Amino acid sequence: MTLKQFWHRLGSPKWFFHMSGPWQGAFAVLAVLLLLTGMTWGLAFAPPDYQQGNSFRIIYVHVPAAVLAQSVYLTLGVAGVLLLVWRMKMAQLVLENLVGFGAWMTALALFTGAVWGKPTWGTWWVFDGRTTSTLVLLFLYFGLYALRQAIPSREAAGRACALLAVVGVINIPVIKYSVEWWTTLHQGATFKLTEAPAMPASMWAPLLVNVLGAYCLFAANLIAKLRTAILRQEPGAAWVRDWAAGEVRP
Amino acid sequence: MFAVQFRRDWLCLMRSRDEAVNPLVFLFLATTLFAIAFGGDPRQLAELAPAIVWALVLLANLLSLEALFRRDLEDGTLEQLLLLAEPPFAAVLGKVAVQWCVSGAAMAVLAPVAALLLNLPAAALPALMLGLLLGTPALSLIGAVGAALTVGLRGGGVLLALLLLPLHLPVLVFGVSAVLDTMAGVGAAAQFYWLAAISAAALTLAPFAATAALRISVEQS
Amino acid sequence: MPPPLTMTDLDCTRGGRRLFGGFDLTLDAGGCTEVRGANGSGKSTLLRIAAGLFADFSGAVEAAPRHYLGHRNGVSALLSPLENLKPHERPGGDSAREALIRTGLGDVVDVPCGQFSQGQQRRVGLARLLLGDRPLWLLDEPLAALDADGQRLVRELVEVHCRGGGAVLCATHQPLGCSASEVNLMDH
Repeated sequence: MTLKQFWHRLGSPKWFFHMSGPWQGAFAVLAVLLLLTGMTWGLAFAPPDYQQGNSFRIIYVHVPAAVLAQSVYLTLGVAGVLLLVWRMKMAQLVLENLVGFGAWMTALALFTGAVWGKPTWGTWWVFDGRTTSTLVLLFLYFGLYALRQAIPSREAAGRACALLAVVGVINIPVIKYSVEWWTTLHQGATFKLTEAPAMPASMWAPLLVNVLGAYCLFAANLIAKLRTAILRQEPGAAWVRDWAAGEVRP
Repeated sequence: MFAVQFRRDWLCLMRSRDEAVNPLVFLFLATTLFAIAFGGDPRQLAELAPAIVWALVLLANLLSLEALFRRDLEDGTLEQLLLLAEPPFAAVLGKVAVQWCVSGAAMAVLAPVAALLLNLPAAALPALMLGLLLGTPALSLIGAVGAALTVGLRGGGVLLALLLLPLHLPVLVFGVSAVLDTMAGVGAAAQFYWLAAISAAALTLAPFAATAALRISVEQS
Repeated sequence: MPPPLTMTDLDCTRGGRRLFGGFDLTLDAGGCTEVRGANGSGKSTLLRIAAGLFADFSGAVEAAPRHYLGHRNGVSALLSPLENLKPHERPGGDSAREALIRTGLGDVVDVPCGQFSQGQQRRVGLARLLLGDRPLWLLDEPLAALDADGQRLVRELVEVHCRGGGAVLCATHQPLGCSASEVNLMDH
């Protein structure tokens, strides 16, 4: 299969639907295994932090959520380019179905950050570089959602959101740089997360497992949503009927 | 095409002057409001002045951006622009340039007056003006993309603000910190370079994005 | 020379409703085709597709340089007819002033269009067709808002344009009276 054929196929909902069935299950199983392992390991067996005690353990939720929040937006930007340049149908479905997940992950990152901030910094909220850029990211997600809601035509809404996602992705590095630079200059480095003591392997290994698990969760969730969206979009297509018949009597 | 569109929009602007001065009126009303409502130590107010002026300029710009394409969409000149202008992005750039003259260049010239109302020390005024001159093109250009996406939509104003505030944040940050650093006696060259770089990048990319967005909006109208 | 407009296997669905499918149309130089169909049958959408203002369709469209006159005249109320049309002047077509004289607005070229009647604004839109050498005209209900004299003017402009080797695709309820052919969207 040449690369061109592969692109062409990836853009076809039907091909994606047939191809993705096994992957969905694999990612879901992996996500459960990894997250279970990582969480148990991180919450019960990793050593407590010598300064923060047990409260640091929230990183096992906080960091995966924050990493996903950014990865999801990046994915949206890539889908935006695919939709605008190659009119790929699947890219439109990705744009439609991923915004909610990304927004929830961003909100989760902000929430866990606040919960962690209270015992560590003594306050729920600080306009520190990372919190600010994460908050801005949440606004970017809201913008995508609101724009989609405001445009009646589904196809036009897809292209408008694609454009906005691409503009957003171009801007994110500048936004991140500007707020981090700003707050470090004007607030002192007392609250910097990055200057925490270097973690021993017994602490970061479970974190790594959790991040991987979160990515698997992301993949499983995306595939499941896309498959549902495809079925909803083409309820009458012959191949859908064939597939459904096969599901009922295997 | 840029010059042709610029002349055309400039004429329209001159014939609807009351709308054209709206952003400036807003800037001064809001500044006065801040100055009166604060009522405390003038020195504290001076500390806040750069942030207030920049935030108000940003909001005033937002106000005029909302109207940037609206009338043209309603009377059909926008679809003619997309059909007949060669190339359309140059005409879009011409429109943005006119908008910038009112809510960018005029702001840069008049914002020092507003800043004086807020007790900003005179030594910091050049930094404020230079920052506005370098930063407002980016506000108008990126703003044009948002305006093009939301023109003709219900509730367009709030939606536009939601879309643009995250994208405008870097300009705000560098603009304010340039003034603050100048007041503190530290050089602010880095911020000015950043503002110029953001504006230059916006100048090269935004006209194309705005034209693409206008095509989507015209399709819906 | 390829024909000014070729549309092949056009398929368009809007708001969950299929407007037309398998639609083919070739418009030759010198030809004027009227598009018929009930309200909401997709006449305006078809013209916007031909103009390149509507992209949500499948099929192929090849169109020569074109003018489009839609429901909106593309006339700014703040500007005079002359100021409205000047930016669109191109070599090979009338000047803005000549075009306005031909559409009967020679006396009011400097009056802001905001003071015009609907019919007069329509005439400014018609005058734009004469600017620049664009062989394909796409007219959406060109007779709307015009008096008997104005309707005669449209017919005359279309006839002259077709004689000169141009082509016209026109969506209309009232027959234009000078068309060689007709397509009905209800059949597709």
